[in-house]
Amino acid sequence: MNAILKTVLQRLALGFVTLFVVSALISTSVELLPGDFAKEILGQAATPDTVKAFEKQVGLDRSPVTRYFSWIGGVLQGDFGTSYVAREGYTRTVVSLIVPRLMNTLFLAAMTAIIAVPLALILGMLAALYRNTIFDRLINVTTLTAISSPEFFIAYILVLFLVARAHLFPALSTVDEDTTFVERIYRCTLPALTLLMVIVAHMMRMTRAAIINLLASPYIEMSRLKGISPRRIILHHALPNAWAPIANVIAVNLAYLIVGVVVVEVVFVYPGIGQLMVDAVSKRDLPVVQSCALVFAATYILLNLAADIVAIVTNPRLLHPR
Amino acid sequence: MSLQPDLPEEVVALAATAEAAPRLSRRSFRQRAWRELKHAPITAWIGLLVVTIYVICAMFAPLIAPYSETALVGDAYEPWSDQFLLGTDQLGRDMLSRLIFGARNTVGIAFLTTIFAFLIGGTLGLLSATLGGWTDQILGRAVDVLMAIPQLIFALVLLSIVGTSIVNLIVIIAVLDSTRVYRLSRAVAMNVVVLDFVEAAKLQGEKLGWIISREVLPNILPPLVAEFGLRFCFVFLTISALSFLGLGIQPPLADWGSMVHDNATLINYGDITPLLPAGAIALLTVGVNFIVDWFLHKASGLKE
Repeated sequence: MNAILKTVLQRLALGFVTLFVVSALISTSVELLPGDFAKEILGQAATPDTVKAFEKQVGLDRSPVTRYFSWIGGVLQGDFGTSYVAREGYTRTVVSLIVPRLMNTLFLAAMTAIIAVPLALILGMLAALYRNTIFDRLINVTTLTAISSPEFFIAYILVLFLVARAHLFPALSTVDEDTTFVERIYRCTLPALTLLMVIVAHMMRMTRAAIINLLASPYIEMSRLKGISPRRIILHHALPNAWAPIANVIAVNLAYLIVGVVVVEVVFVYPGIGQLMVDAVSKRDLPVVQSCALVFAATYILLNLAADIVAIVTNPRLLHPR
Repeated sequence: MSLQPDLPEEVVALAATAEAAPRLSRRSFRQRAWRELKHAPITAWIGLLVVTIYVICAMFAPLIAPYSETALVGDAYEPWSDQFLLGTDQLGRDMLSRLIFGARNTVGIAFLTTIFAFLIGGTLGLLSATLGGWTDQILGRAVDVLMAIPQLIFALVLLSIVGTSIVNLIVIIAVLDSTRVYRLSRAVAMNVVVLDFVEAAKLQGEKLGWIISREVLPNILPPLVAEFGLRFCFVFLTISALSFLGLGIQPPLADWGSMVHDNATLINYGDITPLLPAGAIALLTVGVNFIVDWFLHKASGLKE
């Protein structure tokens, strides 16, 4: 148990170091890159004085280190700064922009994941068990096509058939605070379905590969030669070693979900954090972009961290030390 | 992967040589290629056919396309007709012509980006593996940090700082994608640099450039070639996604991602025209994947 605890703590520490370095990279990338940022955002007509004033207002005149620590200090207290897109006497904090959007995105991602994870794992295991049959080949070609298509292709095919032809769903998935839970699920169906198709395809292929890899190992062949029933082989011999690859598959794909969600939210005009980020990028609203990126990156790092920790605590070699 | 270290040329042609290894040297490259193609699975044939069509479209776009990619030739959203085979787009430009020119712009830019990604990532990966020590540590940790941020998200941050232009797009995606190339080329080169013939070359006093390009590189080409196909697909999809979001290839250049976005309204009326550029993206990616699958199968055939 001691060895497990030690490895987990090491991994956690490494995860937090990564998170710290990544946050520093995101916040200081303005300095590291060429381009007259202040001039760009104010337009060509900006005088040197206005540029100076703007830089002072958003803190670009301070040193990168000071700026980073005041930013990350704010972030840790829940203050992500103020959006650049501010009019006279009207400022918007980044938090007030992000939080409701993030809730919407998490709702969509959770809805997708609840269906996608069990479905993909079951289909992937079936494909691995019945490999090289017609069923497996059919699945291989279908999933390859699904992962090769851009998300917006799948999304618009669904729109074509389910909205334009069958009139089953609304074309836009607009929701707000007043939308009821059932209505919300109904409106999220199309974006969730799009994400589902991409994620399930990815996850299935990876599950299949992981299981086949495992079933090819010598100790499984040994147990087969001993005459143990297939059921017992899977449950008692394969499964204890399968948790790590399965956790990895789930984490990688949930992380993939984060990126897929950006495009899908834009297609369906779903008010999530991905759409917020894309809007902010085109307006070059840097505080919002950086905060969104930090949220995305943190989720991504934490998911990978979780997968690693599952892999460590289910590792039979660490669980039963000699 | 069991490679023959002393026969670099053989390894280069590895994709085409798996089954008849000893007799190969007597056949010309063309004969070998044809032999392999005859035994290739149907999916590989489909892949090759698709890629060939795209390459022809990209190279001879001005000759094939009925109109120019930027000319306003009709009203907005005209339906399919003899004059405009696939109708017109939101500004009245010919859809078919833009689709053909899109092959040149979208595929060309993705191809160029992938090449840059391989030049950067491959060189650094090989350097890392050959030099080891501090170089390896520093490069490795830098890549770890870059890879800890989802690629599309990081690309969005960088684009918001430097602004959207084709040059920025190519540089940003190439650098972000080179991290994956670095990982792979370092990993496979690690297996080769420990072999005796590399040691011998070092003792002989060969320079670093020679060791990398003549001793190590030829022996790790097959996995890199397969990776090139997969990376191209990934870069292509990323650039298309960015263009679709309005942050990639900018108008008036014809580009598949932005064509889908600009004409998406038509889909709500049951018109499939805007799906064609999206389908063109998917078709090319599937085609390249089919070829890579076949290539990997061939390359791994050496193991048995």
